[in-house]
Amino acid sequence: MSAGQTAEDFRADLRAWLEVNCPDEMRGGGAAEGGICWGGRNWFFTSDAQKTWLERCAAKGYTVPTWPEAYGGAGMTRDQEKIFSEEMDRIEARTPLQSFGIWMLGPALLHFGSHEQKLEYLPPIARGEVRWCQGYSEPGAGSDLANVQTHGEDKGDHWLVNGQKIWTSYADQADQIFALVRTDREAPKHLGISFLLIDMEDAGVETRPIKMISGISPFCETFFTDVKVAKDRIVGTPNRGWDVAKYLLTHEREMISGSGALEAGGRALGAVLHDTLDQLDATLRADAMRCEIDALSMGLTLERYKDQAEAGQGAGDASAMLKYMGTELNKKRHELMMSAGGSAALEWDGDVGNRAGDWLRTKANSIEGGTSEVMLSIVSRRVLGLPA
Amino acid sequence: MLADMARGFLDGAAPVSAFRKMRDAGQTHDAKLWKDMADMGWAGVLVPEDAGGSDMGFAAANVIAREMGKTLAVSPFLSTAVMAATALRQVSDARAKEALARIASGDVTYALAVDEGIKHDPDATAMEAKADGNGFRLSGKKTFVVDGAMADRLLVLARTAEGLTLFDIPADRAGITRHKSNMIDARDAAKIDFDNVEATGEDVLGQVDSAMAVLRPALQAGQAALAAEMAGLSAGAFEMTVGYLKERKQFGTEIGRFQALQHRAAHLWCETELTASAILNAGRMMDSDPENAELAVSLAKAKATSTATLAVQEGVQMHGGIGMTDAYDMGFYMKRARVGSEWLGDYSYHAEKVAALRGF
Repeated sequence: MSAGQTAEDFRADLRAWLEVNCPDEMRGGGAAEGGICWGGRNWFFTSDAQKTWLERCAAKGYTVPTWPEAYGGAGMTRDQEKIFSEEMDRIEARTPLQSFGIWMLGPALLHFGSHEQKLEYLPPIARGEVRWCQGYSEPGAGSDLANVQTHGEDKGDHWLVNGQKIWTSYADQADQIFALVRTDREAPKHLGISFLLIDMEDAGVETRPIKMISGISPFCETFFTDVKVAKDRIVGTPNRGWDVAKYLLTHEREMISGSGALEAGGRALGAVLHDTLDQLDATLRADAMRCEIDALSMGLTLERYKDQAEAGQGAGDASAMLKYMGTELNKKRHELMMSAGGSAALEWDGDVGNRAGDWLRTKANSIEGGTSEVMLSIVSRRVLGLPA
Repeated sequence: MLADMARGFLDGAAPVSAFRKMRDAGQTHDAKLWKDMADMGWAGVLVPEDAGGSDMGFAAANVIAREMGKTLAVSPFLSTAVMAATALRQVSDARAKEALARIASGDVTYALAVDEGIKHDPDATAMEAKADGNGFRLSGKKTFVVDGAMADRLLVLARTAEGLTLFDIPADRAGITRHKSNMIDARDAAKIDFDNVEATGEDVLGQVDSAMAVLRPALQAGQAALAAEMAGLSAGAFEMTVGYLKERKQFGTEIGRFQALQHRAAHLWCETELTASAILNAGRMMDSDPENAELAVSLAKAKATSTATLAVQEGVQMHGGIGMTDAYDMGFYMKRARVGSEWLGDYSYHAEKVAALRGF
């Protein structure tokens, strides 16, 4: 794409490209967890089409449309990205690749990383070759995240890391982990943490899936025993990892409340209700309407915040609002979808698919990445200025 | 920019204390204030420049309405500058142009006489306009005619042979009797009886039997601006409430330190953010694609209604006993929110529209 291209030309080119390059199997539906391509060394493509779709998108930078071309992106502006999403939505194209590398580590590296680190880590994320997971929470550091105890002892050319992480999403399938590690035990708790990059195949790294109420195991426990981490495997400054972590949490919150997921979820709810409309009581329909009004308003709010971010005005602490409202809404929507499904929704993988599993999974939305209660405290103290 | 200018003017000319004075004096219209607003281009916000207006568009009208809402400023802005002007703009004849010019200059005020039952439902209009020679005879009753007691002219919706027709008539025409309602928000609303009122073909706004072509855009503009006013009202009530949480002490500390109240205040702020987005979207759609703005407008009105309801309920509750007193302003916000909720379609009315447009 050229800089001087009009929006109409940009859209027309994109539409033509999608028409030719998006395989039929990658269109329509597939928004549920099973249809996602996560990439990485351990990834098994669920179909040839999924592989082809990823490769074609990666070649154009479409897996990370707004990243600079030098780092594997397409260098799109916010307006172009909007057109890109609209055109993808138009044919209900599946997202070619999703990952914590795209949502979290990428933005953190783009902000805090050196040019060399960006060149080394970002393109493999964009191509779906390396899958990252997040090592934040610990058994004693949940909502009180800065209380991390996993320790990195300074050994001159490396840190010697020991400790345990929990809720490390998909750690059992990831190639690398970005982790918060305490590198100064004497400093105040926010000022002694470093943001380290650790290879999951390193000696001393062990991971174990945790079976959840939804029946699946998206989360793991990860253990570090005398793991050697080279000194250049750090993002930002030693002992200032909390700045990186906070920046990244902002992205995580925006991601969890992500507009794509909301829009897709809105469609799903509408479709479900449409199919069963004649069997639903007026009260349920009324609840669904309320949910729809909130969902549409939420979608518009995400757009507004993205526009503001493009104009250089980040959401900052208000991202806590996006996370809180987005996840509470998603839980409400899945409650409604369960009610609309009636007894058919009560079977694992029954006539309505894995609706129960999806419903149970949403209960984590308002816990992971900062609980709803923590989000409300952030809003009340940092946005409204109420006393702590 | 416009918001800051409006805020500056309203803080001086129409603070909540000014509304209190009007309420205490039983006054529902401030002619000087309206004249000042007209001089600033607010009365002509939707009037074309060649008719003397400032033609700033719907998004701008919403900004003005929101700022008015924050301090409960009383004016015929919604009835006249937003709804009547939008209706008149759908008609391109010399008479409409002259009427628009008189709106812009602040020389004429309008009220929409649409509702007949307890709920807003234009399609159910029963009032008849019987053909009579070259004209019509209007008979029936209208209710909840906002600004109806003081307005110079009325836009009256009535049933004709093949549909609904909108009439633009002076409010003092023979056969019209206006009964001022004693409203909880201390603003102007009236019940109006029409007894064989004469209307000529000239008085028809738009085409006979096709009122909605003219009225629908006007109602949508009014609904969006009312939503904006309610968002402003929510912000005003919220600001008072958060201020109170920071200063009121109980158990030896500011009550804003209590997490139970912090989280409720934070939730309310989140709702006001969602509402703001819905209102910006409505203004944008009205300006750029008015034919397809119905979803955006109903979404904005529904969301603004639920948020305003929450804002004033939390406002009173978090203020405690003082919030219940007449001497304190929070009650004014609560009563205006209740009237705004009903006017031009309540939450259910607009939720049904959203549902229909979203396919369920």
